[in-house]
Amino acid sequence: MANENGKRPTPLLDELEKGPWPSFVTEIRKTSDVSPMCDDLLGQLELSYEEKKGHWKHGGIVGVLGYGGGVIGRYSDVPEQFPNVAHFHTMRINQPSGWFYTSDALRTLCDIWERHGSGLTNMHGSTGDIVFLGTKTDELEPAFKELTEAGFDLGGSGSCLRTPSCCVGPARCEWACYDTMKLCNDLTQAYQDELHRPPFPYKYKIKCAGCPNDCVAAAARADLSVIGTWKDDIQQDDAAVSEYVANGLDIQKDVCERCPTHCMSWNGEKLTIENRECVRCMHCINVMPKALLPGKERGATLLIGAKAPIVNGALLSSVLVPFVPAEELQETIEELNKRIWEFWDENGKNRERVGELIQRVGMANFLDAIGLDPIPEMVTAPRDNPYIYFQEKQASEEESK
Amino acid sequence: MTPTATPKAKRITDIGPPNYEKFLPPVIKRNYGQWKFHETLAPGVLCHVSVTGEKLYTVRAASPRLLSVHSIRLFADLADKYCGGFLRFTSRNNVEFLLSEFANIEPLKQDLLKAGYPVGGTNNSISNIVHTQGWVHCHSSATDASGLVKSMMDALFPYFSEEKLPAKLRLAVACCLNMCGAVHCSDIAVLGVHRKPPKIRHDVLPKICEVPTLIASCPTGAIRPATVSGKPSVEVIEEQCMYCGNCYTVCPAMPLNDPENDGISIWVGGKVSNARTAPKFTKLAIPFLPNNPPRWPEVVEAVVNIVDKYASHAKKYERMGEWIERIGWPRFFEMTGIPFTRYHIDDFKNAGLTFARSTHIRF
Repeated sequence: MANENGKRPTPLLDELEKGPWPSFVTEIRKTSDVSPMCDDLLGQLELSYEEKKGHWKHGGIVGVLGYGGGVIGRYSDVPEQFPNVAHFHTMRINQPSGWFYTSDALRTLCDIWERHGSGLTNMHGSTGDIVFLGTKTDELEPAFKELTEAGFDLGGSGSCLRTPSCCVGPARCEWACYDTMKLCNDLTQAYQDELHRPPFPYKYKIKCAGCPNDCVAAAARADLSVIGTWKDDIQQDDAAVSEYVANGLDIQKDVCERCPTHCMSWNGEKLTIENRECVRCMHCINVMPKALLPGKERGATLLIGAKAPIVNGALLSSVLVPFVPAEELQETIEELNKRIWEFWDENGKNRERVGELIQRVGMANFLDAIGLDPIPEMVTAPRDNPYIYFQEKQASEEESK
Repeated sequence: MTPTATPKAKRITDIGPPNYEKFLPPVIKRNYGQWKFHETLAPGVLCHVSVTGEKLYTVRAASPRLLSVHSIRLFADLADKYCGGFLRFTSRNNVEFLLSEFANIEPLKQDLLKAGYPVGGTNNSISNIVHTQGWVHCHSSATDASGLVKSMMDALFPYFSEEKLPAKLRLAVACCLNMCGAVHCSDIAVLGVHRKPPKIRHDVLPKICEVPTLIASCPTGAIRPATVSGKPSVEVIEEQCMYCGNCYTVCPAMPLNDPENDGISIWVGGKVSNARTAPKFTKLAIPFLPNNPPRWPEVVEAVVNIVDKYASHAKKYERMGEWIERIGWPRFFEMTGIPFTRYHIDDFKNAGLTFARSTHIRF
């Protein structure tokens, strides 16, 4: 049952071409001239919409020579109906820091993908990669060759260091407390082997956010979350504060009363910040970007262990190192990763993320293994149960005192 | 590959991503790390000002995330026309044009609108919905992600093109609980759920699957070896299965897609920003809604209802989760009219932490 143009009708998907939000169906349809895969993708998708079920199979290791990841094998479970998407693999391409491009670079990527794939992309995938959506096994190596010749490389998949990502940072944000763009780029370059040849029990993600607003969701998604912060006082421009007030900002209600530690006061003329009490939450700075700025002694907090639910439940990252000066971040992170990966390699179970390993063996044991001392910044409160496993050595030391 | 006369070039590998510096516009290179403050000129239009006084204008436009090479080329042409060929994408998959000329903002906005990519998504708005692949490209999805996003954003569009919410509102869609979209910390999360264990196809399983790999794939250890009709296969301890689809990933003979039982759950009140309150997880609002493509009216209605209640009741600067914590969960359920059920009470590890352990009750 084909239309007069020879294409399968898609009445359900047609509904999704209406309305103000840009339509993914329109995107697929207008790529029909690039590859017959697009028509079969629409056909199979229409079938999914009719039957309310997906029609893709995973399975079969596909990839490029010498790499253990970067390509996700995908096959249709109804290939006789939709032969052009019988194989429909994804290529992940490592994005440049901050997702910046020139028009020429984008055209180069488009040309490569038009020659070797469906012409459909995700800009970008959840982890941050450029996603080339849909190609056949035979096209992987030629596409890879052209990509590397154009200066691009594959991203991560499987039990590897996944493609690191970062916020826009100092390229366009006054709140960047360290150079997220450079750190993300340099770490990615330093870990090319770990990225392309999966060495770990499971995936490991690094995300670099320039300030505690965390625009890349590092705290929720990265095994190692690098979140910018500062140590000294908030930079304050009193004239600009007064300007906000003159322009109608209710500084008492919207700034002082929303401060989580109530470290700010407004006497009708001047804003006073008790910086020792400030937890660097960003609220006041977000409200008055012209008047307040993070301090000058900048760096980042390192947090460990975030992940989505699979396997043992979702975790948010927790504090590992409260402050690392900006200029020491790269070296500190590389040293920490070395120790974390060694412990994980020896103790992690298959498909156990670092956060889950810490839950299983205990944070204190993890800290021992990576050579960090326990400090109160790591917890919201000390334990409230008395089931303390005293260590033999320490117990005898206590007795000898 | 096309044969060539030149000697075979060395295969290039492990070069990593191109260095970002060559993609930065001159105005950014000149002011890198020197930005002083920013202002919002209009919804979707930002102005960053450097210590030198130089200005950078950003125009942010909607994107369906799934983009044709034709659309990317269109963005490239617009970047050439208005901003020296420089553009970027955001962590929520919007496209951003980086302009030095104020006068170019309005014509660019008009061109984008004409091409179907409207401008917005800044500050106290609903920005683009972070989402997963769904039926477009995933094997374990319980629903389609792109269709849900399109349906919701059409309905919520005024919240994208205007900044009229108490605070920013971040939506995310994941089409199964693997959560590639990491929806567990969004203001509103729409999560596809399977509700039945995989159906084992014993006839083909021994031929197409490796049993030890299959057993190892199960996060909860619910898969055991078994002999069925004299052939090696597996069995599933059904009460241990939470329908994640990891087994189907390694073994196509374990399908769990089930039109009758697959559907959507809705979660609320998460955040990742540290502003005011600590990052928090989303919590269950609605355990199940039917999968109803192409427009998912039940899901759209439920999400719009939650957004509208939040928009009209939260105080300025209060994120969804902060609003709910202030008014209390009983009032959230009362105001939204969402029924509270047995599924809302946690029964996984450390479930007691979410039991109400005080007599602080609003009547």
